[in-house]
Amino acid sequence: MSLTSVDIDRLARLARIGLAPDERARLCIQLNNFFGVVEQMRAVDTAGIVPLAHPTDVLQEVALRLRHDVASEPNQRQANQRSAPAVEAGLFLVPKVIE
Amino acid sequence: MTQNSQELHDLSLTELAAALRTRRVSSVEVATYFLQRAKAYAHLGAFLDVQPDVTLAQARAADARLTSGHSGPLEGVPLAHKDIFVTKDFVTTAGSKMLEGYRSPFDATVVARLAQAGAVTLGKLNCDEFAMGSANENSAYGPVKNPWDTTRTPGGSSGGSAAAVAARLAPAATGTDTGGSIRQPSSFCGVTGIKPTYGRASRYGMVAFASSLDQAGVLARSAQDCALLLSAMCGPDPERDSTSLDVPAEDFSLKLNDSLEGLRIGMPTEFFGIGVADDVRVAIDAALKHYEALGAKLVPISLPRTELSIPVYYIIAPAEASSNLSRFDGVKFGHRARDYTDLNDMYERTRAEGFGDEVKRRIMIGTYVLSHGYYDAYYLQAQKIRRMIADDFQQAFKQCDVIAGPVAPTVAWALGGHGNDPLADYLADIFTLPASLAGLPGMSVPVGFGACHMPVGLQLIGNHLTEARLLNVAHRYQQVTDWHTARPAV
Repeated sequence: MSLTSVDIDRLARLARIGLAPDERARLCIQLNNFFGVVEQMRAVDTAGIVPLAHPTDVLQEVALRLRHDVASEPNQRQANQRSAPAVEAGLFLVPKVIE
Repeated sequence: MTQNSQELHDLSLTELAAALRTRRVSSVEVATYFLQRAKAYAHLGAFLDVQPDVTLAQARAADARLTSGHSGPLEGVPLAHKDIFVTKDFVTTAGSKMLEGYRSPFDATVVARLAQAGAVTLGKLNCDEFAMGSANENSAYGPVKNPWDTTRTPGGSSGGSAAAVAARLAPAATGTDTGGSIRQPSSFCGVTGIKPTYGRASRYGMVAFASSLDQAGVLARSAQDCALLLSAMCGPDPERDSTSLDVPAEDFSLKLNDSLEGLRIGMPTEFFGIGVADDVRVAIDAALKHYEALGAKLVPISLPRTELSIPVYYIIAPAEASSNLSRFDGVKFGHRARDYTDLNDMYERTRAEGFGDEVKRRIMIGTYVLSHGYYDAYYLQAQKIRRMIADDFQQAFKQCDVIAGPVAPTVAWALGGHGNDPLADYLADIFTLPASLAGLPGMSVPVGFGACHMPVGLQLIGNHLTEARLLNVAHRYQQVTDWHTARPAV
């Protein structure tokens, strides 16, 4: 298996990262080198093994913990928007999406 | 001032806390002293943000509490935080241009708990961008220099934390460890660092990299100091972190002096094979001899999938990162590109400008292994082997109480030494990745010097929730050796 520049473009699009031509070429080489190391992993027999998503589920049952459905946070709109790039009247501004 | 200020930076955290408690020195004096020191050693690149007014206000409040007798266990002690922890009163960048100038509306739980215990914040410490790196060269704000040799890396990603503690710019610092980011820089800078069991310390307010691996911990000058800090910062945070363990906070200092008589130390064959540099091996062997003298027994064990932990980790961590970092879209916080044609173009340009090379690489890897048609072959396969690695440890712990070996195959390498080869960095993580994947606590303990007088760290790995035992094992060694007190000539 080897990634081509077409694959790199597709991944960059999915990841929403714009790439300059030289960056794309470099990434293609680096990612292929990386997946060369990954090959050894694909050959491991994992039949019947349950994937481990949470490292301590051997310790205690890890169920998704839910909070009570009550408002616990104070209104922090101003503080939350302090570092936003574009804000108007308490709203986040983005380029027009629907014509 | 009754305490000679020349000596303040030589006091351990425990000694400093005692000096403050007995009013031999004030918190304002201590904070002022360390702020000056941070300024004098700015060339190391350890600090990303200092706010002397904020620090001194916290110190004044600590002094008031010390006077009134309502003080916490860390009252007035200055600490510095890795820039991965969000802070209300300091800028938080996570070492990324994406978050340049970012002000969080809240403090991370770890930061809040340490403040609750009385600690004073000196500032924020440099790290690899979003904690992705092993040499601190991936910070958008420049690399950190190793205080033992400023042409070398301090390690990463908590490189600023390790350098600051080694250079005595702070008595201790927080760090985070996803694949070795506390243990490896601790080893490279000759400080004592511990990553507790996954879920022990809250992840709330830690800028997320790989959520099933990220864990907060501390870097200090001794196991005793680590125990003091860790006791204050761990404990459940059920309302804020859905993966924090439902295990009560613990005083990790209680067992520090327990005897090591009969302790079984497992030596994984895979940690002592080819690939470990001779100078590292010599220091590790000497440390293990010390342990035998302390009554411990060395037991050969095997962690057969050690090498596999590299691809497994570098599939799982980037997969989680690609998801976590999707939040950086130039809308709610952080950088936004100046020119763009539409929403998609804004995302692509913002992320192209805001992220550094390594972060882009990992997002691309993560995007690939999670994409349709590749998920089973890469991501799921990695998670299955992750279970096998975790099971290997449980097998090993039937034969031993703790596991010991090198933290890294070599001492700190030269800045730029791995050139433009990210794979070289990944491969050097081989001994720290297994414990991370299994969610186990791990430490680095200074055990001497290798080539060019660069520090070597011994890695200690314990089973889940055995931090107190690990700290005890480290502490007893530090009672009979003085490697941890060695200090670079900066």
